[in-house]
Amino acid sequence: MASINQNLHHDALPDFRNLGVILRILVIVVALSLFSAMCQSDSWPGAVNQFLSIVPLVQPALVLSLIALWVLAGWLRKLDYAQGIAVVLLLEVLVVTLLYKVGQALFPGGPYGRLEHYCAFALAATALILYYFHLRSRALSPALMEARLQALQARIRPHFLFNSINAVLSLIRQEPKRAEEALEDMADLFRVLMADNRDLSPLAREVELTRQYLNLEQLRLGARLQIEWHIENMPGEALIPPLVLQPLVENAVYHGIEPSSEPGVVSVNAYKVRDEVHLVLRNPYRKDGTHHVGNKMALANIRERLSLHFDAEASLRTTLTDDAYQVHIVIPYRRASGMSHRQEENS
Amino acid sequence: MIKNGNLRVAITDDEAPARSRIRDLLEDCAASMALEVAGEAGDGRELIELLQNTAVDVVLLDIRMPEMDGIEAAQHIQKLADPPSVIFTTAYDVYALKAFELHAVDYLVKPIRLRRLHDALMRVRAITPLPLDVLQKLAPEPRGHLSVQERGRVILVQVEKILYMRAELKYVTIRTAEREYLLEESLTRLEEEFGNRFLRIHRSCLVARNHIDRFERAGEEAADGGWVTVLRGLDERLPVSRRQQHVIKEFGRL
Repeated sequence: MASINQNLHHDALPDFRNLGVILRILVIVVALSLFSAMCQSDSWPGAVNQFLSIVPLVQPALVLSLIALWVLAGWLRKLDYAQGIAVVLLLEVLVVTLLYKVGQALFPGGPYGRLEHYCAFALAATALILYYFHLRSRALSPALMEARLQALQARIRPHFLFNSINAVLSLIRQEPKRAEEALEDMADLFRVLMADNRDLSPLAREVELTRQYLNLEQLRLGARLQIEWHIENMPGEALIPPLVLQPLVENAVYHGIEPSSEPGVVSVNAYKVRDEVHLVLRNPYRKDGTHHVGNKMALANIRERLSLHFDAEASLRTTLTDDAYQVHIVIPYRRASGMSHRQEENS
Repeated sequence: MIKNGNLRVAITDDEAPARSRIRDLLEDCAASMALEVAGEAGDGRELIELLQNTAVDVVLLDIRMPEMDGIEAAQHIQKLADPPSVIFTTAYDVYALKAFELHAVDYLVKPIRLRRLHDALMRVRAITPLPLDVLQKLAPEPRGHLSVQERGRVILVQVEKILYMRAELKYVTIRTAEREYLLEESLTRLEEEFGNRFLRIHRSCLVARNHIDRFERAGEEAADGGWVTVLRGLDERLPVSRRQQHVIKEFGRL
């Protein structure tokens, strides 16, 4: 199963195919070039000139490295962290040496410094960047830990737990079969909620989990809770962070359905556009009706985990209209069968 | 007053399975004490309706319900000629339970145990009805309805529909687009509770902010040449007292 940075105790290289990661690397290298230019000259115009003379040397190496890392990303992911770092550093030395030799052959007589200097600069920059990503993943990992804690405490709203137990109790005498099913759903739900939820999980599994949750809610809310699934075109094999869909649906029920005695519709939409998986959730919203006080915790946690897994490539948007509340999540498409995969056809 | 004979119990919960569970438990209780289920309601409004037509000694009342929560329903119940005792039920409600402990209000947590229910019902004959002011302290939010007594019945008026409330002698007149009602509460107390929704334009008058159309100069007939309030959907003009004229400016700024 593909995994990036999910592990708390073992570090991992960043995902070199992630747009956010690539942007971060670009920015850091340009900033380093600027910094080194400023160190080498004593005036602003001098620094600018120095910078402009460094850039043509740095950029080819940067672009070539990024392309090489993109190509190797799948393979790098299979290595452990130390091996990965060794490979990346070695790659940088190779790239710089290659460009040095090619440059000398194409433009003989240029003002070349010594190869060791270039290599040292490249290695220092690479080490710095890797260290940065290491720190960043450390900084974001508490979000994963918190997700787990929340599942155990707050996110399973105690209210939901006790009401569900109560609903099951009410079924035992009259409809023992349904009571059995309900307890099975509850067991599955809690098994997942208490599991170690750090790895990405196939969308189909998340949808199934959400269904089991909704079965329980349906039991006690009856006709008040109407569910519309639009998942005919859902990419079931797509990998998404676990426990994203279920807590959002739980929010939808809590804020959209429970405060009203009229029936309301929660709709779940999952589809794929090009290389993106879209999840859209809607629930009714009454402006001046009585509303449960909002719990922004779940939403904030989901945002953090999306950012940890996908950096800038994932997004979560909420929209509030007169009578509906909508959450729209976009996640880059990855398949369950290992590494990420570019779809050839556009859907 | 609870008469001798069967204890008549009403069940109120918005979730059907919760009601059916309580009904099962009450049947179990019936084996060892004289009781009968007098009726069931799915929300506070239904409960008030039920209580007007059926004699009930005790209500098992869920706290968290849509439209009108249990605590508000309990307040309206007190207006009935012969209000039943109330035992609150709740699945999980930290805020309410703390307040209940503080004021020694009877409650049962769901899932309800047979023993607890049995004990609570046995005690009920000794319970005195909850005083209104205690209930008001328990309520975290303003009521959604006001209850008006008319010819021995209790009528619920949605607060959203009220255009203005005006104090007259012993009563407060509340006016909706359709008609007037007489309410036995104090205007000061109403202003405290609904200050966000209503604006005081006169010592004796609160108007609904979201129904205010405009303020205008009173015509010749007004002795002090003051201002009046024009409400949407109402021909009547309500005078703004000299003391309260600052609200016109404040309202314009919103």
